Amino acid sequence: MKKTSFVTFLSSQGVLIALALLILFGWSRYDNFLGLFNITSVLRYNSMFALVSLGMCFVIMTGGIDLSVGATAALGSVVSAILSPHGTLIGTLGGVGAGLIIGLINGFVIVRLRILPFIATLAAMLAANGAALVLAGDQSVSVSYDSGFTDLGQGDFYNIPIPALIAAVLYVVGSVVLNYTSAGRTVLAIGGNEDASRLMGLPVNRVKFLVYVASGCLSGLAGVILASQFGAGQPIEGVGWELAAIASVVVGGTLLTGGLGSVGATLAGVMLLGLIFNVLNFENGMGFISLSAYWQSVIRGVFLLIVVILQSQLMGRAERAEAQ
Amino acid sequence: MSQARTQSPPPASAARVDAIAAIMRFSTLGALIALIIFNVFFTNHFLAMQTLDVNLTQVATIVIVGVGMTLVIATGGIDLSVGSLMAISGAIAPIIFLNKVFNIGEVHVAVAVAMIVAVLLAGAFGWFNGWLITRFRIQPIIGTLVLFIAGRGIAQVMTNGNLQPFKLDAFQWIGLGRLFAIQDVYRGLPIQVAIMIVLVIAAAWVLKRSLFGRQILAIGGNERAARLSGVPVAQVKRWVYCISGLCAGLAGLVVIAINSSSDANQVGLGMELDAIAAVAVGGTLLSGGRATITGTLIGALIIQLVRYTMLANGVPDDVAKLAKAGLIVAAVWLQGQGRA
Repeated sequence: MKKTSFVTFLSSQGVLIALALLILFGWSRYDNFLGLFNITSVLRYNSMFALVSLGMCFVIMTGGIDLSVGATAALGSVVSAILSPHGTLIGTLGGVGAGLIIGLINGFVIVRLRILPFIATLAAMLAANGAALVLAGDQSVSVSYDSGFTDLGQGDFYNIPIPALIAAVLYVVGSVVLNYTSAGRTVLAIGGNEDASRLMGLPVNRVKFLVYVASGCLSGLAGVILASQFGAGQPIEGVGWELAAIASVVVGGTLLTGGLGSVGATLAGVMLLGLIFNVLNFENGMGFISLSAYWQSVIRGVFLLIVVILQSQLMGRAERAEAQ
Repeated sequence: MSQARTQSPPPASAARVDAIAAIMRFSTLGALIALIIFNVFFTNHFLAMQTLDVNLTQVATIVIVGVGMTLVIATGGIDLSVGSLMAISGAIAPIIFLNKVFNIGEVHVAVAVAMIVAVLLAGAFGWFNGWLITRFRIQPIIGTLVLFIAGRGIAQVMTNGNLQPFKLDAFQWIGLGRLFAIQDVYRGLPIQVAIMIVLVIAAAWVLKRSLFGRQILAIGGNERAARLSGVPVAQVKRWVYCISGLCAGLAGLVVIAINSSSDANQVGLGMELDAIAAVAVGGTLLSGGRATITGTLIGALIIQLVRYTMLANGVPDDVAKLAKAGLIVAAVWLQGQGRA
């Protein structure tokens, strides 16, 4: 037990150290790296990924996976854009509601029909993508600019971007739920050993169901912010978001086998992957080198590679220590 | 034909498993036949050579990738990187045969070098997947996620994200050429369909008859038991991911040959999902240990034919996606019922 927490400590600290180093690097190298404009735009843009990754984090901690988050976000953005003339609240509820429906379907198929999460959410991804395209009529849907809907993605609250504020609040809620509620502890128990959790009488099915529902809602909300930030519901956006989210969660040190994880470290993972792109932009702006935007996915992949190798080495060491 | 199991269980359960396997095989094949019969009655001009041609041509790349994916899934793994490996193979080949790096005078030599290098490069990346998964004991979904993300980036960096247009019959033969054409009667069998058929037969034979195939299924059935009984688990897995990479590389060449251009942003996009769906609908056990290559072929044909049927009858492509989603869930659910 002690060794396991040591590994959590190391892997969660690892991402924080990397994040700190990257910020230090950017701060020492570029003039406006820690300027208000850069910070707020990075936060504003990455809050969508933060929301999706939060849901993914919970799903992965139960030992599952949710491949439908990107398509669900796209669906949420389309629904909220269509409903945006009726006001911010209706638009938001619509987008989150669309995510809720996908989440309910995922939960039902995985828990009741007992289909592997991988396949169930893969099918949900196709379905959400199809539904988004049907609703949007194969094109992006412009949002209403009169109803205040765009403030949600573009507005500020005392200089803090509103989407970042929403993400921050939800991360606090997520952290509290994970660490201080029985449902949160059950999430980790399921990931640790599902059969044992069931035998102990934990509400395994209910919690698993809820985890996918939460992931759907958070993806829908990310879609709402997407629509409001870019002024349009975009049915084909969100491609590859699921894998970016999984990468963030893994970089944050959450084990893909479940049973171990941290909400805060996931946020650090999101920021780390987001800042890599930001640093690349600054580097190109300096004009010494010119790395195309295509390098970002290569660099992200390499980061993921380093993290998973480190993680496996650390886990191996912990296992050997436990065996002795 | 290629329904194969790990080891011989006791006779009674063997009969039961065989019965279930037969039902599964029959149900996928039955679904395909039902679809064809439906189309004969309700789709205009269905019984035409061109219909067969269009469907086979479209399904070929999915099946080529699906063959490798079936072997990977048979070991209990998954390969998310196939689409990105297609992009890499599709990016490197034109760079070589358009003489961008070094000048190869003879066009056929250039094309041959381009094809071999492209496919081998994809195979090498596949081997890297296998190495990552076995050496560091990383789950396949994460191990191959690395190249899923980085692979397309590598292809984009190689081409600087630019479209590489070309018109070179010697190369495009792999996507546009035809075999056994009969003057005024038959346009001939598309080359990629021929490749698909050869690969399916070869892989089905390997899985069912060869030691390597037995080892793949043994690993998928019970990895620890396989290791204890002397199966070189790591080695077999690396080869399986390597084969998946080779298949993806080949499919990448076919796609760019058909398009007359290579676009690193587009080649193979979403292919991992299509291939996995074909494998799942075909009746291969997603947890490994039981696999059928012909099932994958039938699965891919069913998915293709459902889409074709809907499009031919005026259903929009977006709605067809919903049907595909339902199809995958239903197929896997039925599979689960069969085992229970």
